[in-house]
Amino acid sequence: MSDVTTYSVTTRTRASVVAGLIALALAVVAVVLPAFASRALIQDLFFILTMLSLAQYWNLLAGYGGLVSVGQQAFVGFGAYMLFGPVILWGLNPVPALLLSGVFALLLALPTAFFAFRLHGAYFAIGTWVVAEVVRLSVAMWKDVGGGTGTSLPREARSEMWGVPQIEAMFDVRTSAAQDILAYWIALAVAVATIGGIYAFLRTKRGLSLAALRDNAEAARSVGVDAARIKWTVFLIAAFGTGIVGGLIFLQNGRISPDSAFSVIDWTAFVIFIVVIGGIGTIEGPILGVLVFFFLQTFLADFGSWYLLTLGALGIAIMLFAPRGLWGLISEKTGLHLFPIQRRLVIGPGRDR
Amino acid sequence: MIGADTIIQGVLLGGLYALFAAGLSLVFGIMRLVNLAHGDLIVLAAYLLLVVTTALGLGPFVALLVAAPAMFVIGWTLQRVVLNRVLGPDILPPLLVTFGLSVVLQNALLEGFTNDSRRLRAGPLETASVDLGVAMVGVMPLMTFASAVAVILALQWLFYRTELGRAFRATSDDPVTASLMGVKPASIFATATGIAMLVVTIAALFLGTRANFDPTIGPARLIYAFQAVIIGGLGSLWGTLAGGVIIGVAQTVGAAINPEWQILAGHIAFLAVLLIRPRGLFPRAVD
Repeated sequence: MSDVTTYSVTTRTRASVVAGLIALALAVVAVVLPAFASRALIQDLFFILTMLSLAQYWNLLAGYGGLVSVGQQAFVGFGAYMLFGPVILWGLNPVPALLLSGVFALLLALPTAFFAFRLHGAYFAIGTWVVAEVVRLSVAMWKDVGGGTGTSLPREARSEMWGVPQIEAMFDVRTSAAQDILAYWIALAVAVATIGGIYAFLRTKRGLSLAALRDNAEAARSVGVDAARIKWTVFLIAAFGTGIVGGLIFLQNGRISPDSAFSVIDWTAFVIFIVVIGGIGTIEGPILGVLVFFFLQTFLADFGSWYLLTLGALGIAIMLFAPRGLWGLISEKTGLHLFPIQRRLVIGPGRDR
Repeated sequence: MIGADTIIQGVLLGGLYALFAAGLSLVFGIMRLVNLAHGDLIVLAAYLLLVVTTALGLGPFVALLVAAPAMFVIGWTLQRVVLNRVLGPDILPPLLVTFGLSVVLQNALLEGFTNDSRRLRAGPLETASVDLGVAMVGVMPLMTFASAVAVILALQWLFYRTELGRAFRATSDDPVTASLMGVKPASIFATATGIAMLVVTIAALFLGTRANFDPTIGPARLIYAFQAVIIGGLGSLWGTLAGGVIIGVAQTVGAAINPEWQILAGHIAFLAVLLIRPRGLFPRAVD
């Protein structure tokens, strides 16, 4: 028996193992948090988690897939309306209806991609925006869910959601607080599934093809990467996830209107700023970005348009002077990657085969 | 009923959309840059015209002579200081920077002028109309369309008959070789954006005199402009006019059937063209 040098390919680093353990611990804390946190904190965390999920999907599209969409509000809004419609018209329980949000957003993504993929680069961006406008204007004509003025979910629908009575009993809280806790838990589950799912996807063969395409499209095609298929995959995944998050946001909100559901500022501009400020093309970036965004909003929201002005100016400054965002600056200085997808060749001292 | 009147109104409305689009088309043609703040720059120019007319007591057409050079300087500076830094093979930086600019402009205008609807007053011209035989049409819509044709003729002349136009075309084809011949791409790009802003000011004049405006209407103007450019085919200015006319006619016909369908009909016409002719009706450039 002799020592044989073995090779293995891995993406794991010490930092990623530590980050994974910390993430796991944070997730456990987050799950039990409603037992002792205030209702305001739960609502703030709901906002952070949903914006984080939206940012991760947009980052998957633009940062990894090179598909800069400014029409993601189409999927937020359509997902939300496809929850309100069945709940109001057929009395469906809102929790399983969230799945409809995702499925219908996915169905909407098929024709959207069919049209938008005929346009390239910047024109793709505006093309997705046109589709979002078409959906907004069409939904505004749907009189059963309030047309242009919008509508609210029936009180009973929200108070009788799956899990709400149990949460009321468990934490001894009123119905409205129990609804917040349920929405928060779903948002937490969606955010964890989103980050975990995207990370897992990026480490698969298809994820590798995606990175290869982004870095050099011609070289990637020359080794057999099917560009069109990858683009479709990424677009559909992002639409499905964005639709569920949209349904969830408006389920928690209780009220919907075409202008709020298809708001380009709320569901696309904010999301873009979160990703750009945090660092585009990384999983860590949107996480950092959403925290910066939340603090900016907490301190500046009272200043109305000055707040958006600052956010826009900050986004421009980051794009000009630090295009890889805050996380880019940090990882350049420290070499830190919490969610590494770079494959490294590890040459190990031999073990027998 | 949809009669000749509706169609003519639509064609004339198309002139306005072509004016929105001409600046976008020019900038894209020369530097492959799509400015997502284009609509907001039109609105900015409209407010500039408003300030000039109220502060100096001028009519909107005379105010154009003051506002247009100011917009040229704004465009030149914007290109020189900000946009030139983000041009390159990667489309992400220019898109995100101009998107940020759009949000900044909208909110700066909201802060400065509130979200009240404003209008540029053109006096008796606003209600004047002429009889074209088949229909009565307003003088302002006619002037809008005539201006669109004039702007396109002027841009064509600039592009194909002047030294500056030759520099534009050379830089568009190959900036590196052009710079070997003594053309400075950075300043050519700045001049091009400045000229686009002259066109934007003319568009703003007609936007502000024919309807109310407020700081939030920019993005919708960008979308109409973009649709006109894509329908016409990238790089073709006459195509852009045709694209504007198609959107305009679709909107007025849609509105004649049901007022709720006005904007939607324009979008559907755009998607239909995209379905049948993905590269537009008169494509010239390859993006």
